[in-house]
Amino acid sequence: MIDLHLTKPLQTAQGATQLDVRLTIASGELVAIYGASGAGKTTLLRLLAGLSRPAGGYLRVGNDVWYDQQRGIWLPPQQRSIGFVFQEYALFPNMTVRQNLEFALPHASGKPLVDELLELMDLGELARQRPQQLSGGQQQRVALARALARQPRLLLLDEPLAALDVPTRLRLQQALAAAHQRFQLTTLLVSHDYAEITRLATRAVELEGGRVVQDGAPAAVLPGVAAPGFQLTGTVVAVQPSATGQTLTVAVGEGTVVVEADAATPYQVGDALVLTGNVQRG
Amino acid sequence: MSDFSQTLLLTAKLAALTTLLLLLLGVPLAYWLAYSRFRGKAVVEALVSLPLVLPPTVIGFYLLLAFSADSRVGHFLVHTLGLELNFTFGGILIGSLVYSLPFMVQPVQAALHNLPRSLREAAYTLGKSRLTTLWRVLLPNIRPALLSASVLTFAHTVGEFGVVLMIGGNIPGQTRVASIAIYDAAESLDYARANHYALVLVGLAFTGLLLLAYFTKRPVGPRLP
Repeated sequence: MIDLHLTKPLQTAQGATQLDVRLTIASGELVAIYGASGAGKTTLLRLLAGLSRPAGGYLRVGNDVWYDQQRGIWLPPQQRSIGFVFQEYALFPNMTVRQNLEFALPHASGKPLVDELLELMDLGELARQRPQQLSGGQQQRVALARALARQPRLLLLDEPLAALDVPTRLRLQQALAAAHQRFQLTTLLVSHDYAEITRLATRAVELEGGRVVQDGAPAAVLPGVAAPGFQLTGTVVAVQPSATGQTLTVAVGEGTVVVEADAATPYQVGDALVLTGNVQRG
Repeated sequence: MSDFSQTLLLTAKLAALTTLLLLLLGVPLAYWLAYSRFRGKAVVEALVSLPLVLPPTVIGFYLLLAFSADSRVGHFLVHTLGLELNFTFGGILIGSLVYSLPFMVQPVQAALHNLPRSLREAAYTLGKSRLTTLWRVLLPNIRPALLSASVLTFAHTVGEFGVVLMIGGNIPGQTRVASIAIYDAAESLDYARANHYALVLVGLAFTGLLLLAYFTKRPVGPRLP
């Protein structure tokens, strides 16, 4: 259980404002943070990690106090049980993939965990490579594995998948969901991608101007996600012309569906789609 | 041992000790300058860079005064610590440390500053202390800068003249380094001798730069197939 109220001056394109966020997050939740750029998403994550100092408030994780302005408590990142995945990966270029993971182990006895993480993230073949020899998606899997190697209670991800192409992103979303389950984490994920949020998160929180303006189940708070019939969000992974228009292969959740669309809108690989329809007995 | 090899050995000893001590002193100083938000940092940076613009004789002159028993510092050095620094090897070593300081600090500071901030932050979020982060993450990733700073410091110390002449004089086996010996030989019209020293220095400088280029331009780690 995480209980927080954090404030911090925020510089945005619209001028100076104040981040002022109150949240209570249950253990095991996967919370997506979304909102326009400059809303304070990354700042909130950095405050949680101890990479920035709040101006006021408190932060309690379980029975531990990580920050309390009144009591003058502020734990540095080293003393917080966190995993942080940076948008730009931040892998150590002087170490191989395996060494990056081993460096993150709290005790040298954790070698079996490294093997398990390499397996889980499908990195076994790449263990001896250096990060700069890997693709973006591979690097991000290493970054996720490394964050998990510390065995954190709280996993913080700052737009980890934004720079990746769609198939890679889908694979990583699966890896993330698997890790969240396997290690019983509480996860905060900054994301702009509604499909990703719907697919992964148990809860979505929108920030605007440093404040929480929406908070609830993704289906309830995300725009364009409505109730009657069914509605699926997905991403186009293939487009083929057909007799009546175009055949789209759409990645939805962990699978794909094939749908027909007319020729009016030319779709492209990578387009985010909302599929709606009626439910009837087959 | 001949006077010639004695002088060259002394020069190498001075340059090697200066480089080693500056690695130990300069890296922490560069780390502090690269990451500190201390307000007086600009003053310290200016002090570190001062030897770049001052005539070496000015540095030598003030060190000469500071080391002499007539000054307060010198009085303390001589009478309390028992350190006679003028016209000794210890004296020219301290002079070299001051004179070559910016050659070590500036490249290391710039390289640390240019590393992505997220590398340090990633190490902190993995529970690593500042010292572990410096040793295991930062320094290995600025190896080319450490190497070139060391080579430049060494070469610059070999080439110093004014500072050594002011505080060291020209005592064989004590303070007579190659650059002084060249001047001394040329003064006494012994051009062949001056030429011997000068040729060795040119050869050393050229080889050093060649090795530096070789080691800093090679890609790190195995090449891709």
